[in-house]
Amino acid sequence: MKVLVTVKRVIDPYVKVRVKSDGTGVETANVKMAMNPFCEIAVEQAVRMKEAGIVTEIVAVSVGTMQSQETLRTAMAMGADRGILVEVAGEVQPLAVAKLVKAIVDKEQPKLVIMGKQAIDDDSNQAGQMTAALLGWPQSAFTSAIAVNGDTADVTREIDGGLEKLTIKLPAVVTTDLRLNEPRYVTLPNIMKAKKKPLEVLKPEALGVDVALRLKTVKVEEPAKRSAGVKVADVAELVGKLKNEARVI
Amino acid sequence: MSVLVIAEHDGKLLKPGTTNTVTAAAKIGGDIVVLVAGHQCADAAQAAAKIAGVSKVLLADSPLYAGGAAENLTALIQMVAAQYSHILAPATGYGKNFMPRLSALLDVQQISDISAVVSADTFIRPIYAGNAMATVQSTDKIKVITVRATGFDAAAESGSATVENLAAGPDTGLAKFNGQELSKSDRPELTAARIIVSGGRGMGSGENFKILEALADKLGAAVGASRAAVDSGYVPNDYQVGQTGKIVAPELYIAVGISGAIQHLAGMKDSKVIIAINKDPEAPIFAVADYWLVEDLFKAVPEFTTAL
Repeated sequence: MKVLVTVKRVIDPYVKVRVKSDGTGVETANVKMAMNPFCEIAVEQAVRMKEAGIVTEIVAVSVGTMQSQETLRTAMAMGADRGILVEVAGEVQPLAVAKLVKAIVDKEQPKLVIMGKQAIDDDSNQAGQMTAALLGWPQSAFTSAIAVNGDTADVTREIDGGLEKLTIKLPAVVTTDLRLNEPRYVTLPNIMKAKKKPLEVLKPEALGVDVALRLKTVKVEEPAKRSAGVKVADVAELVGKLKNEARVI
Repeated sequence: MSVLVIAEHDGKLLKPGTTNTVTAAAKIGGDIVVLVAGHQCADAAQAAAKIAGVSKVLLADSPLYAGGAAENLTALIQMVAAQYSHILAPATGYGKNFMPRLSALLDVQQISDISAVVSADTFIRPIYAGNAMATVQSTDKIKVITVRATGFDAAAESGSATVENLAAGPDTGLAKFNGQELSKSDRPELTAARIIVSGGRGMGSGENFKILEALADKLGAAVGASRAAVDSGYVPNDYQVGQTGKIVAPELYIAVGISGAIQHLAGMKDSKVIIAINKDPEAPIFAVADYWLVEDLFKAVPEFTTAL
């Protein structure tokens, strides 16, 4: 079966973001970028399913600027067979992303779509569930295990108190959680091979999708800072402070 | 204006977060209606009727909603959505699962994880793991919103709303619920606990979490963990506090062997009092701590437990 995976280019999760002084957003110029960690887990899952003989073709899709081609190349170096970039110059919000992914799914007809549960830049946690809704497909959000059995899949989802098990009909949309797998590192030979894999660039208009922003960002600010704390010398002093100063125990 | 709040519950009781979501609804203004959807959940509906400020509770009691799978639940909410200006749910694993699906069915761009209400169409939400706060204004007719519980106080239990039955919606037949495996613990839930003791990679193993559990039991606290501890397989994912785990703001947060990665701080930096125990004097966690102790945790934690 064919699988579609989505990947997003985000600020590297280990970089400390800075709010722009004009309050319009965060600084992205000259900042290290990377594939969103949950998208890496999505690609890894698709590649493992291909290695296990369940999947025959992996199509990686990204929505973003022309630089997102690099992220697609990384997905192809991990094992995706080809890439599709929907080029959008500026901000694009999750509902528009879901509409674009749906349009590509309509063309490509995959049996499974694997997406990251959340992008670590805007922390929306929406696109996967929205894509499932627009397609009228079942969803498994925050997934930690997938087993495909013909026309259904048994999935395990991370929920607040533990785990939940569902059987979903295929085709379906799955979003990845942390424990689904541990993504591989890309190797140099695979990076070289990925350069030769096909990468198509489309515009939202070609897919008939309106990407106009529904949410207007009024301003972006630094969060409130905590006041500086104090170092204690030992456990006795710590317990004393908690009892007498903070009065929390 | 009329606000629909989707309650999170276990059939008998409301989950923490639901009452905070009602407070957010009250800040938006207008009538507040709470939907309790589930199977054999009449008790939860009665609990919802007691929340101050709620004018009506809708009870949709059907096997279709057992486990709260998103497909049937959103098909139900979609049928009543047009009567409301706002639809809110807690930004927990429960709300985050189905709200985006509802939002797309309504052709609405959801507003995730709000921590403050500015006006009926403008909200503040953390982005980049809470390292920036965005004020956003929605242009959609219906506002679909998930609410960060730590941003709002819990509503009081002084209400007496009426409970009305809501007929079940269609069965989409897309997903079959096969049950849940819930972590069994006598300790409080992370998101409801007054005190949390969390461990990180410095714990070294899952076995070593026992010393934290002993401390937690002395304090009546919940036990949490950083993503690093979950990644290392020390504890299950439902322990995880952080950007991609649970967001908590207890009275006291005790971080043990946690370096303080951005993504962990995102989940706990709104706690009232934070203490950190780490042997690394340069650990970034100290920057957010009210009190910090530079010491080997395997010495400090048992001493702490004994001192209580």
